[in-house]
Amino acid sequence: MSDRQRMLVVVTVLFSLVLASAILLVYSKHQSRKLFVQLQQLERQVDALNTEWSQLQLEQGAWSDHGRIERIARKRLSMVSPDADEVIFIEQ
Amino acid sequence: MKPIVWRRTAASVVFVSLTAVLVLKALEIQILDSDFFERQGDARQLRTLEISAHRGDILDRNGEPFAISTPVSSVWMNPKLVKDDLDSLDAIAGLLSLDAVSLRDKARRYQDREFVYLKRHVSPELADKVMALRVPGIALQDEYRRFYPSGEVAAHIIGFSDIDDNGQEGIELAFDDWLKGVPGKKRVIRDRLGQIFDDIERIEPEQPGKDLQLSIDKRLQYLTYRTLKAAVIKHNAVAGSAVVLDARSGEVLAMANQPSFNVNDRKQLKPQATRNRAVTDVFEPGSTMKPISVAAALETGRWKPFYKVETAPGYMRVSGNMIRDERNYGDLDIGGVLEKSSNVGVSKIVLAIDADEQWNMYQRVGLGMSTGSGFPGEVSGRLSLDALNSDFARATMAFGYGISVTPLQLAQAYSAIAADGVMYPVTFIHDDREPVGQRVMTEKTAKAVRKMMRRVVDGDGTGERAAVANYSVAGKTGTVHKFIAGGYADERYRSIFAGMVPAEEPELVMVVMIDEPRNGEHFGGEVAAPVFGKVMAGAMRLLDIAPDNFARNAHRAAPVKAAVSEHGGDA
Repeated sequence: MSDRQRMLVVVTVLFSLVLASAILLVYSKHQSRKLFVQLQQLERQVDALNTEWSQLQLEQGAWSDHGRIERIARKRLSMVSPDADEVIFIEQ
Repeated sequence: MKPIVWRRTAASVVFVSLTAVLVLKALEIQILDSDFFERQGDARQLRTLEISAHRGDILDRNGEPFAISTPVSSVWMNPKLVKDDLDSLDAIAGLLSLDAVSLRDKARRYQDREFVYLKRHVSPELADKVMALRVPGIALQDEYRRFYPSGEVAAHIIGFSDIDDNGQEGIELAFDDWLKGVPGKKRVIRDRLGQIFDDIERIEPEQPGKDLQLSIDKRLQYLTYRTLKAAVIKHNAVAGSAVVLDARSGEVLAMANQPSFNVNDRKQLKPQATRNRAVTDVFEPGSTMKPISVAAALETGRWKPFYKVETAPGYMRVSGNMIRDERNYGDLDIGGVLEKSSNVGVSKIVLAIDADEQWNMYQRVGLGMSTGSGFPGEVSGRLSLDALNSDFARATMAFGYGISVTPLQLAQAYSAIAADGVMYPVTFIHDDREPVGQRVMTEKTAKAVRKMMRRVVDGDGTGERAAVANYSVAGKTGTVHKFIAGGYADERYRSIFAGMVPAEEPELVMVVMIDEPRNGEHFGGEVAAPVFGKVMAGAMRLLDIAPDNFARNAHRAAPVKAAVSEHGGDA
């Protein structure tokens, strides 16, 4: 191959490498932005779930409050604590 | 033209035109389209904001919540951005139930500031509605709000924190550093109008606070609280306190006081309702001191449980002062002195030992000094040294006058008797490690005193109403005249009961103190002992402690032997 032709090949190869690297750069930037958006979405989900969890905990606390359970047991269900002589002990 | 000249000219033309394009573009950006770009710049403003940290939850020994932080939003405005749009503020004011006029006024008054709270801790739903109005200059800040599911029941122990999540009272205060997190920082983009947030990055993540597990048992706490409250109401008392300790580890399982308060709505707080009286208020223990005084005597070896004391004629003179019993009990053995609660008997007993032997026992069981629980506002009570110089002072101390203790201290002292002479320091925190105690009396002394205290409840003593069916109970009643400016009141009392269950191998110690019952009954055995009995009966069941005393219910048959099949199935 002549000098000129060799030069042309080298330049073309280098040029395509530059082009490829530029495209890859754009691609990776784009990926990064996409992932970041996903991350933000997931973080928002985490926050929403945390909020829901605390609220459910509080709700559970309110429903299972001892005073409330006792009131329902006594008034609505007419339950009583057994007297000592109503309890039978079984020995094993 | 020659080729070389042609090439040079072409190159120059290309470069000159490229430069011209750049210059023209620069002109365009800088001068012609400057408005557009300025706007775009403003639309993307960077700002650094704080991220609130989640405050640690406070849990009971079984993981049940006592204090929970829940995410809320606080609405704030940037007056600089609002000042030209005062009308939209009215809509905001309506949603937040604020006065529209004062809101406008606020915007005007603080127009040089950038951050003014409008309403803190609103629900997420309401916050969404506010933001949906898209009023410029209004934004949200994520914060946390503290809720206390058990309300008045454990209010004195848990305490509370303020709107900025700083502990103010109780455990919330004592362990504030542990519970508090560290706020983080984040950078956000938002437009000039203050809306449309876009998180860019978290510069520093927030560190959430750590959860705290207490030694308190929520179920036992509820049982203690409501039994105490019922008794205080029934006897029309001024106040009351009750403490339940695990005798083997010093853990506080329950601590209740009356009066109490609504910890979730503290707009109308009365100071006397928020005191954790079980650790902040002292009282003279009266006859509940007698078992400790007897322990001091037995520990010297010079008294044995079967020795007799002459209490006739039911009164005695010490250093010119009179000590009296209810009536003449005649000759009593040491156990009888406790059973009948004889002041003369216990005075003779302690005066026969050395003053320092008596005083040292009181000090060893922790009287006169802080329990080291770390609870804010805890006091040490009073155990004075110079009383030892007077025989009369020694005698009155022996039956609980001239010495002051907190209910927690008294419970801790009794726990030494319960745990065969070893006293474990009281703690509010759940700890799985092996507790480390200190021996304050011999096992023999502790067991002997317990045996005597059994007679107070299961025998013929004043503590009958503290009995628990199917369990052995040991304890002591106390009925103390209240000391008010200048002397002891004739008709104002404190009713006390201190005891342990099961008496043979105690697991729980409980002290009940009712301050000034005003409905007629005032003896410890009438007012405080029943509270003990009811709570301990429930506690035995809750904590699955096996009964050890079926003899109490003589009419019932002994336990039935179960028939267990080869396969071990349950019927």
